Amino acid sequence: MSVKDKVIEIIAEQAVLEPSDVTLESTLEDLGIDSLGLVESIFAIEEAFDITVPFNANEPTESDFDISNVASIIAGIEKLVSDQA
Amino acid sequence: MKRVVITGAGTINALGHNVADTLSSMREGKCGIGALDFRDVDRLAIKIGGQVHGFEAEGLFNRQQMALYDRFTQFALVAAREAVAQSGLTFSGELAAKSGVVMGTSGGGMQTLDENYRTVYEDGKNRVHPFVVPKLMNNAAASHVSMEFNLKGPSFTVATACASSNHAMSQAFQMVRSGMAPVMVTGGSESMLCFGGVKAWEGLRVMSKDGCRPFSANRNGMVQGEGAGMFVFEEYEHAKARGADILAEVAGFAMSSDASDIVMPSKQGAARAIAGALQDAGINREDVGYINAHGTGTAANDKTECSAVADVFGPHADNLMISSTKSMHGHLIGGTGAVELLACIMAVKDGVIAPTINYEEADPECALDVVPNQAREAKVDVALSNAFAFGGLNAVLALRAV
Repeated sequence: MSVKDKVIEIIAEQAVLEPSDVTLESTLEDLGIDSLGLVESIFAIEEAFDITVPFNANEPTESDFDISNVASIIAGIEKLVSDQA
Repeated sequence: MKRVVITGAGTINALGHNVADTLSSMREGKCGIGALDFRDVDRLAIKIGGQVHGFEAEGLFNRQQMALYDRFTQFALVAAREAVAQSGLTFSGELAAKSGVVMGTSGGGMQTLDENYRTVYEDGKNRVHPFVVPKLMNNAAASHVSMEFNLKGPSFTVATACASSNHAMSQAFQMVRSGMAPVMVTGGSESMLCFGGVKAWEGLRVMSKDGCRPFSANRNGMVQGEGAGMFVFEEYEHAKARGADILAEVAGFAMSSDASDIVMPSKQGAARAIAGALQDAGINREDVGYINAHGTGTAANDKTECSAVADVFGPHADNLMISSTKSMHGHLIGGTGAVELLACIMAVKDGVIAPTINYEEADPECALDVVPNQAREAKVDVALSNAFAFGGLNAVLALRAV
């Protein structure tokens, strides 16, 4: 499974949606994922790819990690996975 | 001062998953203590406990709730649902704004602690689930009860080891009696039956390997249990005006501290709490028909408790009944006083006295009527519930028939 598909699967599970309902343009707010849902998603992503996501819930916009929509999250994860390789 | 009555009760413990099953087990003198079943139990010296079996969170809570609720929170919610449903109350507007929840627990989210220590120490992982803190904090159960029932008034958690529930219910009682809150949801919850929880108790060498036999000369220690008890404490006129069923009146309470030893009980501290509760309730000692004992089944507690009762009640000590239901459900630590209050309600409301089971051999140092092995029918107007915690912190509640 590609990084993109896996991230969408994790986000969809958190949002209790089918992966097909999660688009690249969706924001977490669109998907009904709140702050606890976000940290739980990041945990699941870290577990799935064995990476550390530099995200601080106190300063979500200051983090190196862009969570503005699904596409930006996937791009961030792809970079972390390739940096690790 | 307002009068305070109990209009709802709920529980889950080793004797039953609700009040009716629990009280019928107590009447029949059933033992809920058996072989412990959890990971690494083979590495324990103590392998028995009053574990809750057949409890499935699925169906009771949604997926997000299950991810957020430690077992002690799940127990608290199940018991609170039963209690609030029985009361018939729904909380909105002014009633919601003023009513709250005070709970007792000793260990809080011990299952969560145990699992996640295992993750980082034993499995060597460097990442834990983000909900570890909101699951394990001692106030988690009280907070979730507050959220589920829209209780927006004074809400917090009390931790006084084995007296936590009694201290919590005392606080709730005071709030209703003073007029501060019309209704308080209160009680306690504990779930310490996991490897780390039992291992820690093992270290103290106060646990029995083979059974809980309070007041019996051959007793050899306490046995842990788990579960929750929750109640709705309501101002009497408020309950009467809406035609609520009243289970019992909370007549008074007292708390004391031994100020002497971190583990050894004190007769004086216990006696001051018992006498204080009678005084607070304005009850003559001759009117007390039943005491639900702290009765842990340790050598020290049971003789000290009997001696304190003898001191407070004088000749009447030989007329009253005193039993330890821990012989059946085990010691629920921070939740124990809440489950034991059910036995006091049964005494004053139904006229049934729960027995001390596993009683095998008389102990001259516990020479009271401990209702050995078989429940008894008796008319009781006033019942006391004792709790004497490690750390020397004592709390006694007095219930009266309505």
